[in-house]
Amino acid sequence: MIYWHLFLAFFIPSILGYGGGPASIPLVEHEVVGNYEWMSTQEFSEVVAIGNSLPGPIATKMAGYIGYAEGGIVGAIVALFATIAPSLLLMVGMMAVLLKYKDEPEVKNLTKLIRPVIAVLLGFMTIQFAQESVEGIGIGYTLFLIVASYVLLEKIKMHPAFVIGLALVFGAVTGLF
Amino acid sequence: MVEQVTSKNTSERPGRVLQQDISLAFFRIGMLGFGGGPSSIPLVHSEVVKKYNWMNDDEFGDTLALANTLPGPIGTKMAGYIGYRVAGIWGCLNAILSSVIPTVVGMIVFLGLLQAYKDIPWVQHMSASVVPVVAVMLGVMTWDFIKKSGETLTWKVAILILALAALLIEGLHVHPAFVILGCIAFAFYPLILRRKKA
Repeated sequence: MIYWHLFLAFFIPSILGYGGGPASIPLVEHEVVGNYEWMSTQEFSEVVAIGNSLPGPIATKMAGYIGYAEGGIVGAIVALFATIAPSLLLMVGMMAVLLKYKDEPEVKNLTKLIRPVIAVLLGFMTIQFAQESVEGIGIGYTLFLIVASYVLLEKIKMHPAFVIGLALVFGAVTGLF
Repeated sequence: MVEQVTSKNTSERPGRVLQQDISLAFFRIGMLGFGGGPSSIPLVHSEVVKKYNWMNDDEFGDTLALANTLPGPIGTKMAGYIGYRVAGIWGCLNAILSSVIPTVVGMIVFLGLLQAYKDIPWVQHMSASVVPVVAVMLGVMTWDFIKKSGETLTWKVAILILALAALLIEGLHVHPAFVILGCIAFAFYPLILRRKKA
């Protein structure tokens, strides 16, 4: 049963996540945290954080890890298969047909129309994570870390892996004293 | 043209060497691409078009356009499809495994360590301190998606869809899958009408 649930939890985001792996993060969160309750918001945010710090495609990193955590090696394979196979099979099997239709205005509109929906999902996830953080480490630390990481990421353009690293060090040191 | 390039490459390079090349190319793409699949597209281009000549620029452009049209992670779609074109089903599996396995193992090791020590208070505080940083990353991504929506759809339409989606998903608790399926139906409706007339 767990394998079937893992398959569904990653199959749905992979056939609905337009805009590559990052667009499927909120859809995966909806299944993993909201629907099946395999993880808390904080655990899921650790997955996203480490996922963002390591190189490589993000959707498969999440699928591989969550699949492994819930169902061992087989779970990881099932979750990865559900993430990768559907859209890849479509692409390999229907290249000729798809190439014919790719310039149709409707096909081009598809990604455009779905983008705002993904934006809404990402937006609510942002709020949820901020709330979670206030509950976990308090409003003061949260505000400080939000401002500091925003400046480092967007103004100084520091690499996300370093920003996550700094946050870990900051958290460890403030946690010790 | 496509067939020529591929067959020339295959005949010059014995199968095993070709598979090795695929492994190396997609391993490098996986290890050097930070920020998920979409940000590694330039790396794919430099390996596949510039270094190994598996595709020309036009073919790469078509492949990318198509991958963008289909849902799902873009990095593995590109890897799988290019691997398949170059060396059949084994090339496909090879390219996917080479780009996915190393980072998945990295995830399991890092998060496994975090899980193992999560009962120590300072470790708890350490992992809790990552949550606001992720909130910032997601917030930036949200704004990118909103901005891009406004640019491609005009702001009036974009705000309308944003508001409608927010109402459905958060207000009425409709599963996001149905909202996206609704968008797909809405986008294809004119095409179906046109086919019927023709």
